[in-house]
Amino acid sequence: MMEKKRIIDLVVILFFLLLSLSLFLLLGGKEEGAIVRIRVDGKDEGTYSLSQDGIYSLNGGTNILVIKDGKAYLEDADCPDKLCVRQGRIHRSGETITCLPNKLTVTVEEEEGEVDLVL
Amino acid sequence: METRKIARMGLLTALALILSYVESLIPAFVAVPGVKMGLANIVVVFALYTLGPGEAAIVSIIRVLLSSLLFGSILSLSYSAAGAVISLLSMIILMKTKIFGVTSVSVTGGVFHNLGQILVACLVLETDVLLYYLPVLILSGTITGAVIGIASSIVIKRLQKSI
Repeated sequence: MMEKKRIIDLVVILFFLLLSLSLFLLLGGKEEGAIVRIRVDGKDEGTYSLSQDGIYSLNGGTNILVIKDGKAYLEDADCPDKLCVRQGRIHRSGETITCLPNKLTVTVEEEEGEVDLVL
Repeated sequence: METRKIARMGLLTALALILSYVESLIPAFVAVPGVKMGLANIVVVFALYTLGPGEAAIVSIIRVLLSSLLFGSILSLSYSAAGAVISLLSMIILMKTKIFGVTSVSVTGGVFHNLGQILVACLVLETDVLLYYLPVLILSGTITGAVIGIASSIVIKRLQKSI
């Protein structure tokens, strides 16, 4: 009985590992993006081109967005955990940086217009 | 309710709270919002198997309320509470089937905790772009859930007689 449960445990672990792996492959945005879209608290706050280097103050200065060499990252934030700063550079379509405390997301999209996430 | 049971639930709630505090001191090892070790889940799984589902639910919910107020914020309370409730329900259902081991229960709890959190975060931020984190959150829930599950089954085995 004990042995049987151990095998079932392994099957459950394998199931979730495979699930996350297949989602990785399914959701992984392979295409290079062209713009980043900023959303704050569900509202669309506009887009910035990835091909143009620049430093932008977002959400009244809570987060500082930097675009350099076709990649976007948050250089600074006023939130306590700074997880958004540590999320690094994004440039592929679908990649997202999130700052939960400021309810802000930066998402790479391919071009102007709505790109819906297909699950 | 038995006095002994109430005392044990208080003890376990305090222990879970301490584990939450310890975890809040450790910096996040993956820069993805929602990825956590879930140390306090050792206590919840232990309560689930030694005291029962209702008792585990009370311990978990009081733990989430207190730790959010003490170490988090009102916003983090909504994420944690959703994660805790969904995680608990999934663990209770799996345990009741009597087919799965402690590790399965804990892994499923870990994954569902992260699913609950991301769903509430999507609702709060009114955006689906957060689903980008779904694979990472399922992966981290599985790994931490497995570690917590193995730890819990050792604790359950050793303490079952004394509690």
